[in-house]
Amino acid sequence: MPMYDRGKVLTGLAIFVIIMTFPVWYNLVSAQKAPIPEKPKDVKKCVGTLEYMRSSHMQVLNTWRDEVVRLENRKVVELEGKQYVKSLQLGCMVCHPDRKKFCDVCHTYAANAPFCWDCHFQPKETK
Amino acid sequence: MDVKRRKFLKIAGLSAVAGLGAPSAFNMLLNGEAFASTTPEHGAAPAEAGKAEAGGHGGHNAESTLHQYGMVIDIKKFAEHKGLADKCVNACHTEHNVPDFGNPKDEIKWIWVDDYEHGFTGYSQNKRKAGLNDLPVLLTCNHCASPPCVRACPTKATFKNEVGVIVMDFHRCIGCRFCMAACPYGARSFNWRDPREQYDNGKYKFFKNGIAPNYPTRMRGVVEKCNFCPERLAVGKLPACVEATGNTKAMVFGNINDPKSEIAQVLSANFTIQRNPAAGTKPSVFYII
Repeated sequence: MPMYDRGKVLTGLAIFVIIMTFPVWYNLVSAQKAPIPEKPKDVKKCVGTLEYMRSSHMQVLNTWRDEVVRLENRKVVELEGKQYVKSLQLGCMVCHPDRKKFCDVCHTYAANAPFCWDCHFQPKETK
Repeated sequence: MDVKRRKFLKIAGLSAVAGLGAPSAFNMLLNGEAFASTTPEHGAAPAEAGKAEAGGHGGHNAESTLHQYGMVIDIKKFAEHKGLADKCVNACHTEHNVPDFGNPKDEIKWIWVDDYEHGFTGYSQNKRKAGLNDLPVLLTCNHCASPPCVRACPTKATFKNEVGVIVMDFHRCIGCRFCMAACPYGARSFNWRDPREQYDNGKYKFFKNGIAPNYPTRMRGVVEKCNFCPERLAVGKLPACVEATGNTKAMVFGNINDPKSEIAQVLSANFTIQRNPAAGTKPSVFYII
């Protein structure tokens, strides 16, 4: 069976495919490298392993929040002789005081905007 | 047998009604619901009273707790120490980053000063003792043993914890303000605006002296109130306002259900009144007038 307007049809199809797949190849070309958050210099240990904190820090924060606010369990977490207060502001930010360099680099990259900072703040913001 | 369609339908309909209705009617009789629902609610009340006291009617109804933090506020002591009441308010509001919006419409207050007439509206003001209304009366959340705000909250953002404090979980508050409508004491404030608004030079508009480091601020659309300083109690300190009174004994804080506690002894030695006791909320803040 002959194909009418072969040239126009194939060109149209090609343009259609290019436009539809635009997001895919645009991201291939323009994707940025995953950022590396700034780690504290003189502290090597955290409440969890690097992998665990990377994947599950939000669960840790949620659990701590519920324990402290709702269950009135404010017991300090003690790991290998070091004490950690169950608090974002008064715990995590003792070692990671700079929100922009530690939290925001990844959250921005992942287009994730948790609303911690509507109420909580970093230590140096208090002035 | 010759059954007409009309007759068949009649029989089928009647059988359906009987088949559906009989078992449920039978069950109702079996469980005594038919009788229970006809007796008035109060008929069963005396027998149930004890249970209701402890467990409530389910849902969000908070139970009375064995440990109940409370406060005694001595109006006379505040009259003796001029400016002490304002000092208490400042101590609390500074520590908890309570914003000062500068207009009464948006005002946020955890603890505030009013007079006898407006604090104790349920009491007769007729032939009031001379000078009584000039004394500063500190008002705050009453941390009721039977809190209406907790019942009203649809998200359990406000709840009663096991030491009898009515806590606000700001993370959960959706800003519906049912609790504000439910509270008979006006102890709750709503953030109509963002408390963290800044000037161009980075200074906070509503925190004149900057933000205090140990307590988060709130965001727009959240209700807040006094929470009896659980973060201070956890490290062995007294609430900020009580600490501000120093050793004047103008405020006494503790477990009102423990007969050995200082507050229980103050309560048993003095005549105290509570705000609006007729509301049935069992307030935990007591006043020596």
